[in-house]
Amino acid sequence: MKVDIAVIGGGAAGLAAALKASSDDVHVLIIEREKKLGGILHQCIHNGFGLQVFKEELTGPEYANRFIELVNNGKISFITDTTVTDIYKQDQFIIKATSIEQGLIQIEATAVILSSGCFERTRGAIQIPGERPAGIMPAGSAQRYLNIDGYLVGKRIFILGSGDIGLIMARRMTLEGAKVLGVAELMPYSNGLTRNIVQCLHDFDIPLYLSHTVTNIVGTKNLESVTIQEVDAIFEPIPGTEKTFEVDTLLLSVGLIPDTAILEHLKPDMSLVTKSVLVNQHYETSVEGLFVCGNALHVHDLVDYVTKESELAGNCALKYVKRSEHPNKAYLEVIPSKHVRYVVPQHIEYHTFQEPIEFLFRTTKKAEAGIFRILQNGKVIKEKKAKYIAPAEMEHITLSPQDLIDISSIYLEFEEVVS
Amino acid sequence: MNKLICIVCPVGCHLTADKDGNITGNRCKRGEVYGRIEVTNPKRTITSTVATTHPDMKRLSVKTKEPVSKKLMFEVIKALDHILITTDTFIGDVVYPNICDTGVDIVATSEIIFKDGNTK
Repeated sequence: MKVDIAVIGGGAAGLAAALKASSDDVHVLIIEREKKLGGILHQCIHNGFGLQVFKEELTGPEYANRFIELVNNGKISFITDTTVTDIYKQDQFIIKATSIEQGLIQIEATAVILSSGCFERTRGAIQIPGERPAGIMPAGSAQRYLNIDGYLVGKRIFILGSGDIGLIMARRMTLEGAKVLGVAELMPYSNGLTRNIVQCLHDFDIPLYLSHTVTNIVGTKNLESVTIQEVDAIFEPIPGTEKTFEVDTLLLSVGLIPDTAILEHLKPDMSLVTKSVLVNQHYETSVEGLFVCGNALHVHDLVDYVTKESELAGNCALKYVKRSEHPNKAYLEVIPSKHVRYVVPQHIEYHTFQEPIEFLFRTTKKAEAGIFRILQNGKVIKEKKAKYIAPAEMEHITLSPQDLIDISSIYLEFEEVVS
Repeated sequence: MNKLICIVCPVGCHLTADKDGNITGNRCKRGEVYGRIEVTNPKRTITSTVATTHPDMKRLSVKTKEPVSKKLMFEVIKALDHILITTDTFIGDVVYPNICDTGVDIVATSEIIFKDGNTK
């Protein structure tokens, strides 16, 4: 099979990218490993999606359906129940995929958009001490068991990590009759959206233990108890602060990692911070014609941001396949500086910088108020005031071509303003 | 004085309600409405799933069409146990009217198609 643009992953990112990449003379194919399009949104049955894109509050499945209907009514092709196993690049991209129905298939594409989402960090990734009983799992897995398969995984629950999925599951399992004894967060601040702390924990009087982590797990066959301890400034457990909870389930909401394993043979330049590829303002990687967007690029806190970013990536992929020549590129780097953890895109392609770029970034610091600044050659070329800044909430700032002084690197920094 | 965090959207404005129920700190009109209701009769949209007889799709996701009183959250979830979906249902279809006498319907938030026992 030969297509112009192959979109790998038919979730929120892939659907938005495909819709923008499709045109009368450009053939777009979405490859989805599940039985239907929509991705993780199907298990996110709670509401709060779409406030920015649709100006109304939708549940995850409703949000997905808005895009699935557009795909169904458009010219985009899609194959489901099909897993991509490898991608190579010769003149064209060669994509290998398998499905029960068709066996091994090969797809040739001029451009590839990777929108494969992210995976959850597991117990092994954070090395919790103690025994190895059943009953410990990532919060998103428990969410799938409950919302898709209809199984409540436990009756007495403790949650490690205050990521949004953990908070959402605290409420969901409480409503379904489980007792959630608490949520422990290693950092001195919550990693979830403020609104989720309010409507998932406060509404049900579930305690949040900040600066705490799980330091022991007991249980031979099934989980029997977990012990948490307060940690000091360097995250070392403080002796004498142990609290033990008798629980049958420990949910982990300790971070998400972009899933880019499929790019093994293409070897694009990677970021150690986002654990994904580096991109320019066109969401193109160092491999020409390879675009990455959504949670496969960096983990977003709102699906609305995923949609907007992926629409851009889709547009850029369309422009790419329509161009006959691909001139050499000249990059200037975008460097996260004071109190900024990362920024996307990480490069600006200088010759094609004609439209304003919206940078998405996260701070390393929580603050009531502050200023974001972009600097070049030590001069401030853009600044923006902000309120209620938190590492868990993605920030954005826009830069126009005329803001640049020259083609040297630019730096993004955050300064807290104490009133 | 009552301090609240607005949950209407992910921005999460920090609201203050005075003793007469006047709201400050909201960045949009919806925050003011939320704050007023939150200090008098707090409401929530409830989302959950209901059972189906479909062989490949065991649960159908649903929600209360409008927010209902926070006090009724557990009662509403319990009442959903009595619902069983046996026919084609589309997004927005009422699967159970007037749940717990709130005047609010339970509506489907995803679709389910029964076609020779398989999804479409």
